[in-house]
Parts: sequence; C-alpha cells; structure tokens
Amino acid sequence: MIRHLLAAGDLDASTATRMLDTAGEMASLADREVKKLPTLRGRTVVNLFYEDSTRTRTSFEVAAKRLSADVINFSAKGSSVSKGESLKDTALTLQAMGADAVVIRHSASGAPYRLAQWIRGCVVNAGDGTHEHPTQALLDAYTMRSRLGRLAGLNVAIVGDVLHSRVARSNVALLHTLGAKVTLVAPPTLLPVGVGAWPCATSYDLDATLPDSDVVMMLRVQRERLTAGWRDSFFPSEREYSRRYGLDAARLRRMPDHAIVMHPGPMNRGVEITAEVADSPRSTIVEQVANGVSVRMAVLYLLLGGSS
Amino acid sequence: MSYLIRNVSIVGKPACDILIRDGVVAEVGADLSATGAEVVDGTGLIALPGLVDLHTHLRAPGRADAETVLTGSRAAALGGYTAVCAMANTAPVADTAGVVEQVLRLGQEAGLVDVQPIGAVTVGLAGEELAELGTMATSAARVSIFSDDGHCVSDPRLMRRALEYVKAFDGVIAQHAEEPRLTAGAQMHEGEVSARLGLAGWPAVAEEAIIARDALLAEHVGARLHICHVSTAGSVEIIRWAKSRGIRITAEVTPHHLILTDDLAGSYDPVYKVNPPLRTAADVAALRQALIEGVIDVVATDHAPHAVEDKECEWEYARPGMLGLQTALSVVFSECSGEGGLDWDGVAERMSRTPARIAGLTDHGRDPAPGVPANLTLVDPAGRWTVEPGELVSKSRNTPYRAMELPVRVVATFLRGVPTVLDGKLAGGHA
Repeated sequence: MIRHLLAAGDLDASTATRMLDTAGEMASLADREVKKLPTLRGRTVVNLFYEDSTRTRTSFEVAAKRLSADVINFSAKGSSVSKGESLKDTALTLQAMGADAVVIRHSASGAPYRLAQWIRGCVVNAGDGTHEHPTQALLDAYTMRSRLGRLAGLNVAIVGDVLHSRVARSNVALLHTLGAKVTLVAPPTLLPVGVGAWPCATSYDLDATLPDSDVVMMLRVQRERLTAGWRDSFFPSEREYSRRYGLDAARLRRMPDHAIVMHPGPMNRGVEITAEVADSPRSTIVEQVANGVSVRMAVLYLLLGGSS
Repeated sequence: MSYLIRNVSIVGKPACDILIRDGVVAEVGADLSATGAEVVDGTGLIALPGLVDLHTHLRAPGRADAETVLTGSRAAALGGYTAVCAMANTAPVADTAGVVEQVLRLGQEAGLVDVQPIGAVTVGLAGEELAELGTMATSAARVSIFSDDGHCVSDPRLMRRALEYVKAFDGVIAQHAEEPRLTAGAQMHEGEVSARLGLAGWPAVAEEAIIARDALLAEHVGARLHICHVSTAGSVEIIRWAKSRGIRITAEVTPHHLILTDDLAGSYDPVYKVNPPLRTAADVAALRQALIEGVIDVVATDHAPHAVEDKECEWEYARPGMLGLQTALSVVFSECSGEGGLDWDGVAERMSRTPARIAGLTDHGRDPAPGVPANLTLVDPAGRWTVEPGELVSKSRNTPYRAMELPVRVVATFLRGVPTVLDGKLAGGHA
C-alpha cells in the first residue's frame, strides 16, 4: 500500500480498485446499529485545515471516528497557524504530538507534498489549491460504480471551471486509470494551457457532449470568478455562463435515460445547475456525501492499517 | 607583492607564464623569471579574464539575514568573479546617489570583487516616476546600468523616457521583461507541467511581448537596451531579429535557464522557484544555442539568496530566486562547451569581456597582457566537484544543484594583482 495519498495520479488501477472495494465494505457498516470498527484504536488522525471546508473536514472526522481513531481538528483559524506559524513548524509540532496521519486541506497547490517531507506519519491530501482532491475522485468513482455498475468504458463529461478545479484534475487521473473516458467541457478560458497532455478529450460545446454521456459532473463556479471585474473575468457574465454551460431540465433531457448527474458541492443553484436538476432522481449529489465517508474510511484504513 | 603564474594556458592558447606586479600584468611569455615573486603553478590550468556578473543580488542594504556584500563577494570570488553588478531591489531601493554610494563603499570594504551598483529606473521600483538617473550616473558609484529588476518597467511611455534619458550619459536600461498583467499570481512556466500541478502559469508571451516592444522603442529613440535573464526560445528569435535590424540590444541568460527545466516543480520544492521561471527543454536548448552563437551576449547569474524561511514553505508563498555565483562557470561549461559549443575563448567572451563592456568596467574583461590590470581567474578544466549547499559561502542555501556533480574548478582569482582565492579557497585574510 502507498504511504501517503497525495494525488489520484499516483494510484495504479489495483490500488484504486482495492480502495473502492474496501469502501464498499465500509459502506455496509453504515447500515448496522453500531457503526464503529476498532481498527484504528489508539491511532491519532489530525485534520489540518487551512481552508474552511466544513463538509470535507466533517467527512474525514466521521470516517476516522468510525474506525475508532482519536481525531484532532487543527484548523487554521483560532490556532497558532493564524498567528503566522509556518507549515513546517506546524508539521514538526504535529510530529512531536505523535500524529499517525495528517489530513491536510490547503489553498496552496503542493502543500501536502511539503508536509510529507517534514513528518513521519502518513499524509492525506484533502484538497490542495488548484491541484488535486484525490478522495473526492475516489468517492466520485465509487458513486459511478455503484449507480452504473462499472467504470471501464463509461463516458464521463466534467463541465465547468477546469482551470481552477482540483476535483477535475483528480477525476481525470483516476477515471483514466480505471478505464473511463473523460471529456472536459468548458469555455476555452477555463481550460488550462497544456490540457492537451491530459488523458482525456476536451470540448467547448456542452450540448454536443450530453447525448453520449453516461455521467455528467458539474463543477462549481467559484464565487470570485462570478464577481471579478471585467479585466479579470474568464467569461462575460453569469447569465451567459449559465446559458452556455449550465445544466437545466432541457439539457437533462438530452442525456441518455440511464445517465447520472454529479456535483462535488457546494452548488451554486441557478448558475451551473438548476434546482430542478439538482433535486432530480438522476442526481447523485446526496449519495456522494454518504459515499465520501465510506471512501475516507477505506483510505485511512488502508494507509494506517498497513503499518499497525 | 608579485606573482608568477607558470605554465598556464590563457583562454586555451599554448601555455606560457604570467608575471603580475603592482596590480597589473607585467609580462606574458615563456620561461619568465622574477626574483621575489610568489610562484603559482598553472600547469593544466586555464587563465581567464576575471569573470564579470551583470546581475547579482547582494541583498544589501536590507536583508543581511539572506546575504551581505561581504558574503556575496566571497561567493563571487570563489566562483571566479572579479566584478559583480549589484541589483537595485534592496531595502531601501538603490534609487538615489546615497544608496548606490553606500553599496559601492560596502563593496570596497569587502575588497574581494569590484561591486558596481546598478541604479533603479523608477523611484522605489514602483514604475511610476523616473529615479534621479543622472545623479546616480555622476555619483561616486558612476552608475551606467539602470534596472527595476524584480519588476518590469511595464508602462511603455515611462520605458521610452528612460531609454531616451540615459543616452545623455551612455547608460543602458536593463529590462526585467515581464508583462505584469499576464503574470498576476504566476508561479511557474505556463504549460503542460503547470496544468498538471495546478500552479498558476507564467506564459512565455509575457516576456516576449515586452522584449519586442522595448526593442522597437530602443530603435525608435536610438537607445541601448539590455534584456535581463532571457528564458524562452521565442525571446531568442525576437532578439535575433532586433539585432539583424541594427537595434542596440544586448541580452543575458542565467546558468539555471541553461540546465534546469520546469518539470522540477513537480516536487513542489521552492528551491526550483525562480523568476522568470524554469522553462521547457526546448527553451533550454534554444538558449544554449543562442549563447553559443552570441545572439545572447552574456551569462549573468541572477544570484538571488533567500533566507531559509522564505524557501522552506509552500511553493506559492516562497520567494523566487536561486544562488548562482559559485556554480555559474561550472554550469555554463557543463551545458555549453564541447563539440560545436563554446571553447575557453568563448567562455571568456560571454562571462567576462562582453559583460565588462556592457557595464563599462574598463579594468575588467581584458585578457592578461602587459599593462592590463591583473583581474584574472585560473580554472582547472579537468576538476570536478559535488555541490553541497552547506559548503557554499553565501549566507543562504538555496542552490538548485544540491548533490549535483559539476565540471571545472576555480583554482585562483586575482583582483588587481591580489589573490582573493588560492588553491580553491579564499586567500589569506579573506576567509
């Protein structure tokens, strides 16, 4: 088993599949009356969150607690971090406290790589800047496999702000590894220069992509992109973005009957997705949250269990 | 004190002796003798005119925790340099006669290399109003190179005025070519690697557009223009074109842009973060060829020391820059010599004679000959060494060449006839 989970791109097919299979076993636990396993009793998992993210932090916290680990939430606000302590000093502090695993969310791409240089415990990337969010990709893959029965050969459209999306980067890497075919759909300004080297297709035309898609994953449009002044804007207006790249009921009807709609949350209802679509039976958005706990249990179990 | 260097090859020519007396080269020839002269065995060594760096950050005044004029001068001497041009982005900024004269004085006190201050183009490097360029030119520091390095003089009208104004005293504007509107938040070269790593991109066009604009401005007003740290293949083509039109343009390339590529950012270790950023292998190849051909005139180190806390952090928060003085000659020889590349005469041209001419340093960049100031460097072409950050004498440790084995050792450096380096170590009194 790998030591850290820094990027979905680091996972080979067998490791990724093992994580998804283990997540399936963890999910069955959720139906029991006692939801806890003793597996990580006595182990310490630190949630080190430099960005506000209640949903991801809570998901990791629940996952660790269901495995009986001790969980410490070390958030950037109200700690030494907000007093200007460096990541390295924080890492050395956590090391001294005996952290077995550190789950890190950070606004700077690559911060988990730096952290992994400075501590002995395992590092789980819970989202770093615009780089990767590997557990999101794992829970998305898990959700697709649960709903559609397979990953190999699926056509997955990922729609929206790919340039700034760690979810997109992780999904492209993992889905490629697991045999799905990804098409990124975005206005040209929101696709990175160099995207041609990624193992996926790209399109500027959502309507042309929908009829062949088994999965349509809508990415959140960051608020700051919507409110940017004209000089920094990536598209002319919110209204035009919605018209060209938003998923509404009319577009939903262009998708095959079996196709599902995903969103990593939190959603901007009315911008990239209408309420009607978000709340439709085709939407897996609530399932994704539940699956997130199972997948994160699997990740912690496999990373920490291997060294116990 | 006099020195007799025996059996040394001047820039690759057949071996001879060099007699140094009273700060100048007294004689060059076979089997010289001089009673009382200290003899230095030059067998197997190459004598170069002392190296001249057009682009050094000595961090003085203001960041004594990262480098001082003394520690930077030590690094320069050990790297074979006899003169360095100190960049103006200090705290306070070198935008007045007072600050440039202070830097000059600190250089003289250190006494290891000639420290030639560069003056800022604009007050506080703010890009809004011209600094007192003429006053700096006529100060004791005799400034002739002006640069806002670290920042681009991006306002085209201000750049035009600067280029025009310094004609009065044969000055040159050294432009840090970076259109700031295209590089807001940029972290590394924009391309396949930045796309994968999720680091904001610094597009090649942001450099190339400014070089093209400034070349045309220099032509329009008949001024001299120097381009700092050229980093892209496209820039090379624009400079080649500008030279073919007779525009008075010169350009420098750093050692790191001749050897390192953007994929090193994959470790997210900010020791590889630099501005302009490391580019692609195709850019590196074009830069090497341009240096060999002379389209790029000189190698300049952009030696940029940084304190530990400014590099031991997240990539995005780290300061850009790398050490360069002690490794420059080795890197250039490693990447640009050999078949079809630079010979020792070419190395002397790109690292000593031409930079001295651009900087107006008439005591430097001259091959050893009777009457010439004895500013020279002896190097062992067969020497090899492994870079250990802790063994470099800069106050900072941010070398990107850790554990790399490099060719060529600097054996001795003479500044006006006085050894600053002997046997590869700082000479007596300087250690």
